[in-house]
Amino acid sequence: MIKVFTTIGNYVLLMQKVFSRPQKRRIFWDQLMTEINSLGLESLGIVAFISAFMGAVVSIQTAYNITSPLIPMSMVGFTVRQSVILEFSPTVISLILAGKVGSRIASEIGTMRVTEQIDALEIMGVNSANYLIFPKIVASILINPVLIIFSMWMGILGGWVAMVATGLVSTNDFVQGIRIDFAGYTIFYAITKTVFFAFIISSVSGFYGYITQGGALEVGQASTKAVVFSSVIIILFNLVLTQLLLT
Amino acid sequence: MIEARNINKIFGEHQVLKNVSCSFEKGKTNLIIGQSGSGKTVLMKCLVGLFEVDSGTVIYDDRNFTTMNFEQRKTLRKEIGMLFQGGALFDSMNVEGNVMFPLNMFTSQPLTEKQDRVNFVLKRVNLENVNRLMPSELSGGMRKRVAIARAISMKPQYLFCDEPNSGLDPHTSGVIDHLIQEITEEYEITTIVNTHDMNSVLSIGDSVAYIYQGELWWKGNKETILHTDNKELNDFVFGTELTSRLKK
Repeated sequence: MIKVFTTIGNYVLLMQKVFSRPQKRRIFWDQLMTEINSLGLESLGIVAFISAFMGAVVSIQTAYNITSPLIPMSMVGFTVRQSVILEFSPTVISLILAGKVGSRIASEIGTMRVTEQIDALEIMGVNSANYLIFPKIVASILINPVLIIFSMWMGILGGWVAMVATGLVSTNDFVQGIRIDFAGYTIFYAITKTVFFAFIISSVSGFYGYITQGGALEVGQASTKAVVFSSVIIILFNLVLTQLLLT
Repeated sequence: MIEARNINKIFGEHQVLKNVSCSFEKGKTNLIIGQSGSGKTVLMKCLVGLFEVDSGTVIYDDRNFTTMNFEQRKTLRKEIGMLFQGGALFDSMNVEGNVMFPLNMFTSQPLTEKQDRVNFVLKRVNLENVNRLMPSELSGGMRKRVAIARAISMKPQYLFCDEPNSGLDPHTSGVIDHLIQEITEEYEITTIVNTHDMNSVLSIGDSVAYIYQGELWWKGNKETILHTDNKELNDFVFGTELTSRLKK
């Protein structure tokens, strides 16, 4: 238990170092653009692939389960929309990003630690935590909502393609279902969750990378810890945020 | 000049440095020698503030480094250059980016001025036309020279070198040693070198401090080190087959 509190304390102390004014705006801007590209844009492919196929699966499963003639087939579109916007895109895609982006952040910073690159920054008088982690956090918070909106589109698109291809639901019914009782607040809810999850992924992974000590083995362990703890915290916060925002 | 006064450093229950007091003179290559695990790297990291001392003080030309806050240390660190064991070059930047990094971070010079400075320091370490190469494309000796170029790009007052010869062949080691000595004398800086390479000791050791089991055991220079009757130091100096034969 003491270890847990020590880790949380160290995380808070590191975040204090991270959230300070960047030493040079120009350098921060360059780093931010690089991180947006490497953490966000390079994830577009995997996000599109997973979202489209999951949307397709959700729509097929929903159509398969509608056996009563009293339930209109437009419910397939409605179900796909609700599940994709409320849960699948913000949470599941964030969990996937925790694996992809989290391991990348932890291993990159961990390698810099064990090869003394972070010590070199400190010796120069650079706030290494701010220099390395802050642009990653800001980039994740800015680009993850874009990825999630993109994921929503791809999920619904995947569902529609699956229905048209299998002939289970007509385009007309599917589109009608998507438009039933649409509440803009659900998008706000999804984006809010995404911003929280983006902060968790980048800060937790940055923390585990930054405190790495040892060699290649420890970098691997840091990477694993980053993914595991980011995922666990995302799941916990998912419940808390859902309770706060939807009740 | 840098002074260490009564430095103690403890990790867990193991006291790594025991009341170490030592001074390192300006314009000289000051060597810290000792066996692996003797505490010389810990001493160097205490001197530059990468480790906090448990007791004792570190003085940089009458400025008490130990009592400085983060901002004060940040200012002082702009006067410090350090060469790490593996070079510690930033993998994501090419040679020019690495050497220019401190200039980008701490100066407002125009790009042409910074490029001129980068080319000057690279030429000083005998490296030319390597600006676009990535660290992974460099040999061990080249990496060390780029790291020296980066360390001196801000015209430091203090230069720290942690085992600059590790992993290098004897010839390249000699080149790096002489480069460090030349730069020290040319720019009148206080240089501290951690090493256990006796070739370095005998060629550039203007001042030599021997650390044994965390204590300052002996202090002298490259002339006196061969004629001491200190048993532990003699075991270290003449510990290899080559040096013991030479002694005989």
